[in-house]
Amino acid sequence: MGAGHAHPLYLPRTSAVHGLPAEVKVVAAFLGVVCVVATPREAFAVFGGYLLLLALIWSIARIPPGWLSRRALIETPFVVLAVLLPITGPDPRIDWLGLSVSEPGLLGAWNILVKGTLGVLTSLTLAATTPLPELLLGLQRLRAPALVTTIATLMLRYVDVIVAEARRMRLARIARGHDPRFLWQVGATARGVGSLFIRSYERGERVHLAMLSRGWTGELPQLAERVTTRRDWLRGLAPVAVAAALACTGWVIA
Amino acid sequence: MAAGAEPVRPLSLAVSGLAFTYPDGTQALHGIDLSIAAGERVALLGPNGAGKTTLVLHLNGILTPGHGSVAVGGLPVTKANLHEIRRRVGIVFQDPDDQLFMPTVRADVAFGPANFGVRGDALDERVHAALDAVGMAEHADRSPLHLSGGQRRRVALATVLACDPEILVLDEPSSNLDPVARRELAEVLLGLDRTILMVTHDLPYALQLCPRSIVIDDGVVVADGPTRELLADPDLLRRHRLELPYGFTLRGT
Repeated sequence: MGAGHAHPLYLPRTSAVHGLPAEVKVVAAFLGVVCVVATPREAFAVFGGYLLLLALIWSIARIPPGWLSRRALIETPFVVLAVLLPITGPDPRIDWLGLSVSEPGLLGAWNILVKGTLGVLTSLTLAATTPLPELLLGLQRLRAPALVTTIATLMLRYVDVIVAEARRMRLARIARGHDPRFLWQVGATARGVGSLFIRSYERGERVHLAMLSRGWTGELPQLAERVTTRRDWLRGLAPVAVAAALACTGWVIA
Repeated sequence: MAAGAEPVRPLSLAVSGLAFTYPDGTQALHGIDLSIAAGERVALLGPNGAGKTTLVLHLNGILTPGHGSVAVGGLPVTKANLHEIRRRVGIVFQDPDDQLFMPTVRADVAFGPANFGVRGDALDERVHAALDAVGMAEHADRSPLHLSGGQRRRVALATVLACDPEILVLDEPSSNLDPVARRELAEVLLGLDRTILMVTHDLPYALQLCPRSIVIDDGVVVADGPTRELLADPDLLRRHRLELPYGFTLRGT
């Protein structure tokens, strides 16, 4: 399915995880992240448990950890923020590796770092095992507002069209001697962005006309008739049960 | 829909006294009369700004006439009939990227009939039949983005065919096509056996596909007759900014 409709976060494989209906995975990922966030930050061992759980899912889905970790770099800006906290945080201060750092700041940084990382890894796992069109279909089945899923579906289709248009405009500028490396030529680029906006807006109007002409009533029709079974839900929510147990353990030992 | 009681099929398209003024005061149509019988293939010719697109947008009720009326297969274009009218009038827009907005070819072709209430196996059948008619059945699961211009144009045609329209309206079907894709599209269109109204600047294409042509200029019909006769009249062509490609002349029959 979906030949040639790859996005950089998707890893095409055939596995039990890939085969699950998208809405099950969306719910499972969401609940999993809720469990992580609800865990007290002092329960250090529990976070290791979450990582093990994710690793187990990766091995079932046959996602190489290296492939995931490269994409997890998106988190870096938040890590930088987290590193600042122990230095700028309030008293009491403790000595750690010869540095005087704030204890609440250190715990806060750990909290951001570990929960953020687990959240990013969970989202990446969802993205790696679910093609975008299916993700949207899943949201539609979860009764997400029709307007949101429609906009997302159209965005998915048109982002490539708009990128191609931007590339053609850039080529046309360069072909006439424009060199955007010079600061004083940034104006032409800015005007290019403006006209790209106008063009996209006009295209939006034409697409809307074309949709109306084919009887559009405000909601994309649900085309795939695959029925999600109780078994799908049970299998998809099994890791969530483990995560919930981990979260409870965290509250007990903290 | 209609009972088999009528001896003759109603006209596929009947436009009478159609006038329209845009909100900014530009009058685009000044009373258009035309009728197209079932099964006819008609070219709609005219210079840029003659009102061709405005006329097309009236056919399925996207624009509402200031005066006059439009009927498709005997059903008047009114607010109450709008849904059925849009099923009956299949417009293929000029830029296939505007028409193909779903992630896959199959989903796009299914969009129209699904909106008109076709579901399940019947829907699959419709989609397959429409893609088959344009020779694109093997590309059903691809993204429209990865198709060539000619393939996209044919899929755009399929998206409309799947709604089983009374009349097909094509806006500049041959624009941006290479000669082979242009010929392939012509073969598909000739094989369809449907009522077709084709808006075009491509006069040889009109001659090849449409036995009859209507010329509009400045919002009125200025000529209506056999395509070959109209194109063989150099005065008519010159008056309305129409021109055969360099080196071509036509003699009337």
